[in-house]
Amino acid sequence: MSIKFMRSGLLAAVLMLVSGLAAAVPDIQHWRSANGVAVYFIPTRELPMVDVQVLFSAGSFRDGSQPGLARLTCALLEEGAGDWSADVIADRFDQVGARFATSSRRDAAAVTLRSLSDPRYLQPAVETVARLLREPSFTPDAIERVRQQMLTALQERAQSPGAIAQDTFFKTLYGEHPYATPPDGTPASLNSIDRAAIVDFHRRHYSAANAVVALVGDLDRPAAEQLVNTLVGGLPPGEAVPPPPPVTPLAASRTVRVAYPSTQSHILVGQVGVKRADPDYYALYLGNHVLGGNGLVSQLAQEIREKRGLAYGAYSAFTPMREAGPFLINLQTRNDQVDTALSVTETTLRTFSTDGPPLQILQEARQNITGGFALDIASNSKLAGALAGIAFYGLPLDYLSSYIARMNAISPEQVRAAWRGHVQPERLLTVIVGGTATPATATPAAAPTTAPAGS
Amino acid sequence: MTITMHRSALLLCTLLLPMGAPAFGATPVQVFTLDNGLKILVREDHRAPVVVSQVWYKVGSSYEPSGLTGISHLLEHLMFKGTPTVPAGEFSRLIAANGGDENAFTSHDYTAYFQTLEKERLELSFRLEADRMRHLLLKPEDVAKEAQVVAEERRLRTEDQPEALTGEQFQATAYLTSPYRQPVIGWMQDIQAISPGDLQRWYQQWYAPNNATLVVVGDVEAAQVRDLASKHFGPLPPSTLTPPRSVAELPQQGERRIVVKTPAEVPAVMLGYKVPTLKTASTDWEPYALAVLDGVLNGGNSSRISRNLIRGTQVAAAASTDYNPTARLDDLFTLSGNPAPGRSSAELEKALRAEVAALRETQVSPEELARVIAQVVASDVYEQDSLFYQGMRLGILETVGLGWNRLDDYVQRIQAVTPEQVRTVARQYLTDDRLTVAILEPLPLEGRRLPQAGTATDHMIR
Repeated sequence: MSIKFMRSGLLAAVLMLVSGLAAAVPDIQHWRSANGVAVYFIPTRELPMVDVQVLFSAGSFRDGSQPGLARLTCALLEEGAGDWSADVIADRFDQVGARFATSSRRDAAAVTLRSLSDPRYLQPAVETVARLLREPSFTPDAIERVRQQMLTALQERAQSPGAIAQDTFFKTLYGEHPYATPPDGTPASLNSIDRAAIVDFHRRHYSAANAVVALVGDLDRPAAEQLVNTLVGGLPPGEAVPPPPPVTPLAASRTVRVAYPSTQSHILVGQVGVKRADPDYYALYLGNHVLGGNGLVSQLAQEIREKRGLAYGAYSAFTPMREAGPFLINLQTRNDQVDTALSVTETTLRTFSTDGPPLQILQEARQNITGGFALDIASNSKLAGALAGIAFYGLPLDYLSSYIARMNAISPEQVRAAWRGHVQPERLLTVIVGGTATPATATPAAAPTTAPAGS
Repeated sequence: MTITMHRSALLLCTLLLPMGAPAFGATPVQVFTLDNGLKILVREDHRAPVVVSQVWYKVGSSYEPSGLTGISHLLEHLMFKGTPTVPAGEFSRLIAANGGDENAFTSHDYTAYFQTLEKERLELSFRLEADRMRHLLLKPEDVAKEAQVVAEERRLRTEDQPEALTGEQFQATAYLTSPYRQPVIGWMQDIQAISPGDLQRWYQQWYAPNNATLVVVGDVEAAQVRDLASKHFGPLPPSTLTPPRSVAELPQQGERRIVVKTPAEVPAVMLGYKVPTLKTASTDWEPYALAVLDGVLNGGNSSRISRNLIRGTQVAAAASTDYNPTARLDDLFTLSGNPAPGRSSAELEKALRAEVAALRETQVSPEELARVIAQVVASDVYEQDSLFYQGMRLGILETVGLGWNRLDDYVQRIQAVTPEQVRTVARQYLTDDRLTVAILEPLPLEGRRLPQAGTATDHMIR
């Protein structure tokens, strides 16, 4: 079979895939618990297991004057509840083979549970999560311990040029907007947070009015409803917290350089992107697939890595959030190549913004997205991740079943128009971390490649 | 939170816990061997209309001679640079345009390439993989450019990562003669010195159907997979293979220690004891006992490390252990961690060694064993959720020479481990004379400070 044949055969194959998938895309079941929590459920009966996630509007943009408060509160949930110590809680999960985790980002805080679906294991695990959400004890000992762990995590960020670049980018791009708040907090803030602030944060955010549930697994509808009632039925009704304020984009381009003793410089280029509810997001996503969202096939990777060998990774992405998340290009290169890499990046972005994506390449990017959709929902784990996003951002129930049709309906003109409307190459934030002398004596392995200081 | 492209992700030393027997509806593996020696493993999984196809080669950094470290990984990168019939970049473009995911990875004991595709596109994967198994072009200009990319990868993963840098020197200290002393990505000077001729020889030596395993998991019919594979891989000629010269590690004669000083903020402690694996153990239950021991120390938040060191004495901000029973050669059982603020590396090392000593002295409790077993049984189900993982397990086992079905009775073998056996392996292997210790001692990070809010403009240069 020749390559050309493969190529021309593609469209037919894609159409076949669309019709073939109609039956394979699962329906999302949706209801509200007695106390008003929105529930999203996809039954999958093949494996005897359950994935459930409870998401709260309790992310770090609600930290106020105390960066790190949201993440500290979330991390403390499994450190004590009622009369259970952290040891008791850990035993309760591990004894039944359950996996429990907490996570907290800018918009949302979440707890996730993976368990066998046999009620002998599932029921105690769900009861444990319910109590952690409802009555965390926030003991002084646990607060102090997790505070120290978060301070260590901050130190680890300070020894990672990539993390420094990310933090600097968000801080500079978002300025006074609460998305500027670093989810990990700051040393001063972490040291200032007291128990009362944590208890208050929990009381205001961990309520039915601020919660959604995403559930995937081997349950029938009655069992799913019962699970949800056990899980969140005891949450107080609470009051819905307000959404984040709108984001003001940067008025002009700016460049921030942070000196750092690394052999590579981390380069971030971007601006304010879109919010999750923006109808342009899909056209931007498709366009970005051409620019930098489709691995080595994308233009940025082609220009920076494949043609010039300047970096290992070069990609771009929109990260839509409740309000406008960032559009971000990310790469890393040897310190003395920063100017070259930056110039190639800017030229590639400017050309893309001016000319739009070449039609054939746009079509192949679209085929990647639609043809790969089956992969995106091929496991409970992937379904659960997709469902959590649908639940938290309140996306339509036919989001999955209409996904391919939606991507196919976007015209090249829509991609160009959306791009023009949202991306302004003349108003970019550039963050460069690295570029100072490397202490070659301390790291012999690094010596042969030590780049000249500065660039 | 830096996310790089996943092409050529390195799976450095520690993979995944090897979990269990296919108990819940996992279909049996069907095995075929082509006349040219290519082994084909197919597991049908009809949950979703997708398929994972993986080609595993028996070659990795532990096959490499000194001076050519990293050649397996560099060759893995160059496998995307084209053949006489598929130009450079075309492989990735075709897979992407067909909705596929693809990647490759290199470890000590294997190099593997994979595609995930909608099930009707499997033939595309076979056609392209068969082509590059025997017809790779290694152009000098591509080699030079890709060596630069790998050098950047090494800077990203190792040079600028204090703990990774320490870990690399830790391995090189623990082993004198074992090839596990070499980093998978290679030493920087080797990456930059490997020639096109070296790569051509490496490719000729190891890339052949009789040194490969094709693993397919997904919504397929095994017989059709066999026929399709036969069509594309069948015409490839086999090679005369020369197995790598086995270089045994010299017996260790006492504890080894290093200090790594590098710009960093957080100290780190690494302890490694030389232990046998499924492949090297002379007593067949020992690797299972070591796996249970690993679970007792580190399996979940109820494990001893979490309970005693992170929550109890709070000497550790983070700590963990690792044991990889599927390594091809004797490997390290490692304990590592970061001291909590205000606590020293010496205190953390002492605490970790005390946990090891406790295992030598006292039998683990029945409750702890039950918890480890519960986790293994549950993991056995969870892991069936991932086609990729299922393929990975088959591929690793086959490629390191254990045979793909070696862990089919894993759950039963774990259940059979006794407290006395756990204590026995602790006494035999987790001893001071088999130990290597590395301490990461942070040097000041000059100029590391973030611009304070509102002062970012101070750093603006244009």
